[in-house]
Parts: sequence; structure tokens; C-alpha cells
Amino acid sequence: MSSLAGIGGRLYRGEKSFDFIGKRRRWYAFSGILIIASLFALSVQGLKLGIEFKGGSSFRVTHSGVTVEAARAAVNSTGLVSEVIVQKIGSDKVQVQTGALSTLESNAIQDALAAKFGVKVESIDTQSVGPSWGKEITRKALYGLIAFIVVVMLYLALAFEPKMAIAAIVAVIHDVFITVGIYALVGFDVTPATVIGFLTILGYSLYDTVVVFDKVRENTRSVTSSGKMTYSQAANLAVNQTLVRSFNTSLVALLPVGSILFVGAGLLGAGTLKDLSLALFIGLATGTYSSIFIATPLLAALREREPAMQALRKRVAARGGATASSISQSTKTSNSDERSVTAVNDDRPRGPRNQPKRKRKHRR
Amino acid sequence: MSSNTSAKTTGRPGRTMAILLVSIIALFAIAFIQGATAVKLGLDLRGGTSVTLQPRIAAGESGKVTSEAIDQAVSIIRQRVNSLGVAESEVSSQGSGVNRQIVISVPGDTGRRVVELVGQTAELRFRQVLVEGAANATSLTGDTATATLPAGVTPEVAAKFATLDCSLATSRQAGGGDDANAQIVACDRAGASKFVLSNAEVVGRDVSKATAAIDQQGAAGWYVSLSFNNDGTKKFGDITTRVVSLPTPQNQVAIVLDGLVVSAPRINEAIVSGDAQITGSFSQAEAQDLANVLKYGALPLAFDRGEVQQVSPTLGADQLRAGLLAGALGLFLVVVYSMLYYRGLGLVSVGSLGIAAALVYVLFLLLGKWIGFTLTLAGIAGAIVAIGITADSFIVYFERLRDEVREGRTLRSAVESGWLRARHTIIVADLVSLIAAVLLYFFAVGGVRGFAFTLGLTTLVDLVVVFFFTKPLVTIMASRKFFNSGSAISGFSQKSLGIAPKTSTAKVGE
Repeated sequence: MSSLAGIGGRLYRGEKSFDFIGKRRRWYAFSGILIIASLFALSVQGLKLGIEFKGGSSFRVTHSGVTVEAARAAVNSTGLVSEVIVQKIGSDKVQVQTGALSTLESNAIQDALAAKFGVKVESIDTQSVGPSWGKEITRKALYGLIAFIVVVMLYLALAFEPKMAIAAIVAVIHDVFITVGIYALVGFDVTPATVIGFLTILGYSLYDTVVVFDKVRENTRSVTSSGKMTYSQAANLAVNQTLVRSFNTSLVALLPVGSILFVGAGLLGAGTLKDLSLALFIGLATGTYSSIFIATPLLAALREREPAMQALRKRVAARGGATASSISQSTKTSNSDERSVTAVNDDRPRGPRNQPKRKRKHRR
Repeated sequence: MSSNTSAKTTGRPGRTMAILLVSIIALFAIAFIQGATAVKLGLDLRGGTSVTLQPRIAAGESGKVTSEAIDQAVSIIRQRVNSLGVAESEVSSQGSGVNRQIVISVPGDTGRRVVELVGQTAELRFRQVLVEGAANATSLTGDTATATLPAGVTPEVAAKFATLDCSLATSRQAGGGDDANAQIVACDRAGASKFVLSNAEVVGRDVSKATAAIDQQGAAGWYVSLSFNNDGTKKFGDITTRVVSLPTPQNQVAIVLDGLVVSAPRINEAIVSGDAQITGSFSQAEAQDLANVLKYGALPLAFDRGEVQQVSPTLGADQLRAGLLAGALGLFLVVVYSMLYYRGLGLVSVGSLGIAAALVYVLFLLLGKWIGFTLTLAGIAGAIVAIGITADSFIVYFERLRDEVREGRTLRSAVESGWLRARHTIIVADLVSLIAAVLLYFFAVGGVRGFAFTLGLTTLVDLVVVFFFTKPLVTIMASRKFFNSGSAISGFSQKSLGIAPKTSTAKVGE
């Protein structure tokens, strides 16, 4: 643990540095392949929608000695449904899923199951969703997703720079594609709980990006005046400086989510807890990845196109500094004189950090 | 703004913390005084049936679902559900305007009855009163002077009437059970009297207009004016012409909604014009309610069953146990990790999580009392996820703090300068979480809303705790010798910060 903190110190000072931004094409390519694979999986296999979205009924019997065969026989004996999915959950539960049923049909199946396993009708856990209701839920979920992206984009554009908002949203959309792709590929059930978990994780992915971008903004505020680093270099330093923090926040978020997944899947089988935490788990992983490997490199690429940043790049190169692709060296150079600079030097790239008593211009 | 706040929190960290602690204790006291001693659990945690209904225009009708009609439908369904006599049953509408759904939740294992009861279309019918009696009268003559069966009342109906006790909620069984072509016995809505009613001669669809109005000049006060369409005019003309000369109570026409008598006005004259006025000592609310009933009857709603969920108490208990276990495990892991990684500072994180948990718990209690908040499985999941988000704010601050110390600040000044920077990040990040929670709340339907609600609530709690507990506590700790000593277990040792000992000593001495 403390060695991680030690790494944190070295990352912070730039003694150790991972080149996230210089190698961005590699990450873009990696993500590109994942997204293409996701689209492929989505078009070939599609998503396995839960009964909440397409309408249908689900019955769960808890009784020792339940078997899939017996449950199937009981349902078939009613002659009401042709398509039925029967699953065993844990050691003493069996779940039957059918298409949409009327109340009478649903009652008949409950009765058949109750008779077969010798349990009371009331003890059968039932969920039934009408087909039109499923459409309503799907519509709402889509609206939610769109509204979320629009509102958050507006908010980030206000709270940060517009280009940061663009980069953050691209990263979020990236997360959406990859998570949906994983669901299509593995064939996990998509239920409203999944969608909720998923939207939450979009929020969380942004949280992570926000933390990194906050540091990027701080590091890059005075890059043009100091002329020691290009925008990309300053941004890369920011990612490295927040790396331990990103790792910690992701891990700490993952611990509770992991325990929900563990307990939910282990004790209850399929259900709200499992669906929710699985989506959170997958989303959290892609979210952390994208804020480091996609959002910040993209932001740097966007900003580097600005004339001022290109001019800065030339100046940095003229000073004999390194180019963007060999950042680690350059940060070390600028770092070598760090200890000798007093805390109130405005020109230093990490200026604001060293003037804690001053108000930041953009503080809101 | 920054200098002010920071001056305050720096100056009196103890007082800030004391205020927060006293507020939390006060909240607990309020909860106890108001009798909220346990968090209200959702049906998925204690077993029960929930049904979501989507109102639509009944088959064969044309028109639009109005907001008033949905309100009316909610009260009709509430009446039906109450007739089950199950405590803590709830009927509410969710969503906005005409796009609302009606959500019914009934605890316990009454599943099938609830589902069958709530789905039927509620009809409005006009029936002639044959007999009227007190709520628990035991014979037809209970309240009327006639000793013989009134003309046309069959012995079976008479027997039913005798045994019906309208003072019991369960007797006011509604649910469209009234056959339009037969005599029925019925209670009034309040359970004050019971009736034998003839078959329905005029139905809700015959009504074209109903409004509540006040008579400014006359002494009539609030009244309801009622118009019928062509068909209705003729039928209403017939029934009024026939009953107007009969003795009380047979000169009354009962307005029956969903099998319950809403009003049974006496007919003063034959009404052949199709325009009637119902007068009486109505209050404004009563008149409007009656007008709404008549309007609703003109365009009855049918209900599509959107979602039906029946959870047995066994599964409910299992889910509750699993939720609590997952929460305990998650909390434990986060605590262990913070202690291992942050050492002394980890204590702050553990303390802050404890305070946040207490605050969330008391808010659950109070919101359950005030706005009927119920904790569902999804809600528990939201709270567990929030453990991570809350701990994240501490990490953002602690890492800032360590950065500042790495830069060579003394711990005491790092606490302040680190806070100024971390605060901004924490606020921006928590706002993103809040936006997510609010949007989720409005776009989600059913149970998963609980997730959004607890997530939003705990994010707010996180902000309160970070500002009024974590930060002041760190300030206090920073003034202690122990944390300045660079001890390995304080979390600020040079080794754990990755600082070369020599440089750092020189800086601290500055």
C-alpha cells in the first residue's frame, strides 16, 4: 500500500511518467476495435432484453427439490404457452419465464406450479409485464439517456471549457458503446435495473473525468506564458499526477459495487441487485479506462489544434525541450529545478498549486 | 467566498463539527417524537403485491384521458383497495398530467385478489332507490315505515340487504361488481347507509356535461348541474317521470359509481329537458366531487396492467438480508482499504462514513414519515454505491493534501491550501452525481426510482459531511503533534508520501 503512495509521489513530481497522450493513437485504435466489435455483437446477437422491456411473466418457486424438468412439465400441462424459459437458481429455486399473459393465464400457471411442488400459491414470486408497458419503459430509458448526455454536456461546458465537455462526452459515448457491446456479446439480461446502473455509471465515469480535467485545467492555465511545456505535456503530467487518485477512487467505488454483485448474484441469483451491480461493475471499468486513455488525449488533441497551442509547441521545441512524444524527459527537465524555485513563482507550470492563498480566477 | 469560508472553518473547526453533531442528534429527536422509529420498507423487502396500471379510454369510447379522470380513477381504485382491509395499502399516481400511471401496493400475500380487483373499468350508473336503511340495519324495515317488501324486491336481494353491514370497510366492496341489469344492494361511499337499488336505467355514458356552480342569488348555495345527451335525455326523462310521485325513498335516483352510492337525490319533478340540477347543502368540495364523478362516468377509463409484482414475505426477507449484508461487506472493505492506505487519515474517513451513515439513516426515518419514502432493494443498492462516492470525496481531498505536503508545505498549511483545491473538484463531481440522480428519478419508472432517490440524497449528505465534518476534523488533527511527527502510522510519513527525507525536513522547517 505504501509503495503505491511512493509511486504516487514520483508520479506527482514527474520522476515517473506514463505517456498516455503521446501514444494516444494506440488507445484510439484499441477502443476503435472494441467499439467495432461491440457494434458487430449488437447487430449479430442483439441485446437479451428482460421481460420488463418486451413484456412477459416470470414465476419463481422456492422449495427444496425443485427441478427444471418438473417446472417445465407443470407449465406445459396448462397448454397455455409455447415458449417458456426455465432456469434453476441456487439450490432451491426455479424460475419460469413466459411471454405476456392475461391475469387468468397467469393464475393458471401459478396454480399448476403450486400443485406440482406442493407450495402455496401466495409463496410463488411473480412478475408480469404487459407488452405496451415494456415499450413505455424502453422509451423512458432512451429519453433518460439522451437527456442525461445533453444536460451533463451543458453543465460541463459551463463548469469547464467547451472542449473539455466535448472530450468528456465522447468518452461517455465510448463507454456506452463498449458496455452495450459487452452485454450483447456475453448475453447478460438487460432489465430496467441494468439501465439504471448503466446511467449511474455514466455519471460516475464523468466524475472520474472531472477529477482528471480539474487537474489538467490547473496545470495548463499558465502553459502559454511559461513556455516550458506544450499543452499535451502539461495534460499528460496531470493524468499522471491524478493516476493514484483515479486508481483509489475507482477501487473504493468498486469495493461496494463488488460486494453487491457478490452478495446479489450469490444469495439471490438473478434480480435487481445482480443486474444493477453488474452494469455498475462493467461501466466502472470502462469509465476509468476512458477518462485516462480517451478523454484526456482527446482533449489534448483538440486543444493542440488551436493556433496559440501550436505556437507554444514551436517555442517549447525551440527551447530544446522535448516533443510531445517523449514527455517523460521533458517533465523531468522542468522538474529538476523544482526544489530550488520558491513557492510564489507565477511562471511555473504548476503555478496555482504554489499560491494557495490566492483565489483562482475561474472559481465558481 | 473562498477566503471567508476557509477562515471560518479554520478558525473554529470544533464548533462546526459540534453544530453538525447537534443537528444530527436533533434530527433523531424529531424522528422519535414523531414516532418514526423504523425505516419504512418497500414491498420487495417485506413481501406484497404491487400493480402498475396504465389508464386508457375504455374500448368503444372516443375521447381523451384527462387529468381529472385519472384523479377520479385513483380515488376509485383507492376505495377498492381499502375494501380489502389490509393496513398500509397505498394507491398513488406516478408521472405527470395525463401520462400518469396508477401504482397500487398492498403488503402481505393477498396477491391474486388485488390484481383481480383493481383492473376493472369503473362504471357510473343511475339506479332508482327501492329501499334505504341504516348502515347495519338487519331488515328491510330497519329505517323505513313499510313492513312488506317493496314492489319488485326479490327475497334473495332482501336477504343480502339484511346481512350487509356497511359500517365495515370490507363491506364497501367495490370493483365494478354491479350488474347493470339486476337489482343490487349497495353501500354509500361513507358507509352511513345502505340501499336496495333497481337495475340501471341510465348509465354514465349518457351524461354529456356536469359542472359544480354556486347560486349567487338564491339560497341553494353550491349545486351541480347536469346535462344528458339525446339518448340520456329520454331515459332520464322516463325514470324521473315514473318515480317523481312515489313515496320516499323510492322517489330517489341513486348515482352509483363502481358499485357505491355517491349520492341519492330526491327527484322533485319529471326532467324531460335533459338538463338537471342537483341541489342540497353541498360544500364547494362536495359539489365539485360529485360533478367530477359524473364527468368521469361520462368517459370511463379502462386500465392496462403495466406491471404486476408479487413478492412473498420469504423472498422479501431474503432480499433485505442480502441488501444489508452487501452494505456491511462494502462498508467493511472500504474501511479496511482506507485504514491500510491512509493510516491515520483513514480514521477520518471511517469517522466521516459513520457520520454520513447516521445522517442518511435519520433522513430515511424522517422522509418515511414526511413524504412516505420507502426503502426498496434498489434504494439499498443506491446507498451502497454511495459509500464509494462518499469515500471518493475523502480521497480527492486526502490526495490533494498529500500533494501539498509533497510540495513542501507544512501539514497545517497543506490542510487549508489542499482544501481550497479539493473543494472545487468535490463540488463539481458531486453535482454531476446529483444531475444523474435527478434525471434518473424523473425518467425511471417503478422500483428503480428508489435507487435514484437514495443516490441523490446520499450525494447531498456527502457534501454536508465533507464540509462540516471531514474538513474540520482534518484541521484539528493537523494541529496535533502526532500527525506532524511523520510517524509511519499517521499517513504522512515521508516514506508513504515518497519524499526524499532530506529535502522534506528542510521544507518543513521553513
